[in-house]
Amino acid sequence: MIEAEDVVKSFTVRTRTGGLRRRGRTTLRAVDGVSFAVEPGEFVGYLGPNGAGKSTTIKMLTGILTASSGTLRVCGLDPSRRRTSLARRLGVVFGQRTTLWWDLPLRDSLTLVRRLYRVEPAAHRARFAELSELLELDPFLDTPVRQLSLGQRMRGDLAAALLHDPELLVLDEPTIGLDVVSKATVRDFLERINAERGTTILLTTHDLGDIERLCRRVLIIDHGRLAYDGGLDELRRTVDADRVLVAELARPGPPIVLDDPEFGRIEAERVQGPRQWLRLPSAANAATVVAALARRHEVRDIALREAGIEDVLAGLYRGDHAYTCPADLPWEDGPPSGPPERPDHRSMVE
Amino acid sequence: MGVLPWVWWYGFRRHTAYAAASLAEALTNTGFGFMRAYVLIALWHERPVLGGYDVNDAVTFCFLTQALIGPLQIFGGMDLAQRIRTGDVAIDLHRPVGLQGWWLADDLGRATGSLVLRGGPPLLAGALVFPLSWPGPAGLAAFAASVLLGALVGFGLRYVVALGMFWLHDDRGLNAVMLVMSLFFSGMTLPLVVFPGRLGDVAHALPWAAQLQVPADVFLGRHTGTDLLGALAFQAAWAAALLAAGALLTRAARRKLVIHGG
Repeated sequence: MIEAEDVVKSFTVRTRTGGLRRRGRTTLRAVDGVSFAVEPGEFVGYLGPNGAGKSTTIKMLTGILTASSGTLRVCGLDPSRRRTSLARRLGVVFGQRTTLWWDLPLRDSLTLVRRLYRVEPAAHRARFAELSELLELDPFLDTPVRQLSLGQRMRGDLAAALLHDPELLVLDEPTIGLDVVSKATVRDFLERINAERGTTILLTTHDLGDIERLCRRVLIIDHGRLAYDGGLDELRRTVDADRVLVAELARPGPPIVLDDPEFGRIEAERVQGPRQWLRLPSAANAATVVAALARRHEVRDIALREAGIEDVLAGLYRGDHAYTCPADLPWEDGPPSGPPERPDHRSMVE
Repeated sequence: MGVLPWVWWYGFRRHTAYAAASLAEALTNTGFGFMRAYVLIALWHERPVLGGYDVNDAVTFCFLTQALIGPLQIFGGMDLAQRIRTGDVAIDLHRPVGLQGWWLADDLGRATGSLVLRGGPPLLAGALVFPLSWPGPAGLAAFAASVLLGALVGFGLRYVVALGMFWLHDDRGLNAVMLVMSLFFSGMTLPLVVFPGRLGDVAHALPWAAQLQVPADVFLGRHTGTDLLGALAFQAAWAAALLAAGALLTRAARRKLVIHGG
């Protein structure tokens, strides 16, 4: 469905280097040699920090931008040369923009899609009915778009992108700013059209709930380069994602040092009053460490924190792959001295 | 039928969605019409056949051009410029329809809506107070053709200016220059017929003349026979040149495209 091979997009940026006349030109490689392939029916998450090159990639996939080099095929077509043909086989939703006519009822925007993509009237009617039922559009079909809530507008935009029954749906942050209920509606809907209609979906988002719920495979782009391509579970395992044991002792004391032939040497990497944070090596058995800890110290409470996908990504985005100690403790409202400053425990890790 | 007639219809509807605002603008145009009319009456009182107009022609010119401010968008501007600035143009560029054709259809819809809501009041009010010069049926048909060509010229100019956003990133300076040029060279400040010598010749050859002065002269019956055809051809030539320039710029913009705002 999508084949990208060594795709590069560079922009020339003019910078003022001082004085009135002296101007420099810098070439910025927004996408720097990205290769991947997406098979029909896949649901792929496309992740990366702000400015990583996600939107640029999407604009190249849809033919709005032309790649500076490399080859790109979407539905078997070269997007920039066959943009018009491709648009008829592709649905796109830019979450922060809308394709709907702001001042007119939602129904009108959806009707125009039929003319825009030359859909047969009968096929359009059937699809319209199906989408308005799935996305629950009926109550606001005759409301001007400007009066819709963000969640309603997004559902309208999704319908507009899918009315011509595209093979591939490209979504650029479709759940941005939505409340939990609207998000759930959108996620359920995407899951259904992927499973039931076999629509291939490429989803860009910063909402990791979207990813964990929907995507079997993720691509991660950073600084214009592909940093990861694979399953979500493998990602958790691949990246340095140690577990952290948070122990609350009976009384404050010096940093704990555990030395045991079974798991080697573990030192507390952070101490706050009676509470101490110990990073468990991936090979260590948590039960053994807890038992060793309980033998030597009077422990009042214990929590084990697994690395979430957020921590995994934060590590990847920062490029240090380091897992910082969690600031939020699962068993209480918050540390009495207020939340620890992030740079503080970063420096302890480094 | 393609999608563009529908875009025209949607453009018409979206620009007539706020009728009260349009009527307020029509009232403003009418009020300023009276101010301009009395300035022109004072001028023609001193010089009764200035530029070949009599005082009724001058007053008719005034209310007619006030009525056309909205439809021909004399003050400039197009939503497209804002969409380029915010990056929403990505949506427009993704559609399987050319950018220029889409916006032309939308703009003609806007012009039609504006003609309906803003065209009548200044002319009606002027006709109630002053004896205006009205064309016959043939003159009215020629005027309709001339206004359509004027709308194409106006679109052509504003589209080129809007696309400038791809390169300039801010259109305020360009818009200010265009506004001054438009107000002066379209005949809004004074009918172009009053300008003597070289200035008059230059003013009559520029696209702003094709946008407003020519339709007004057609309305006043100053062009007949081959002269009328020549006037319409002059407008058509500017429309074609500006639309061609717009098409070239669209292609250039696609090549160097930067979409703002991620």
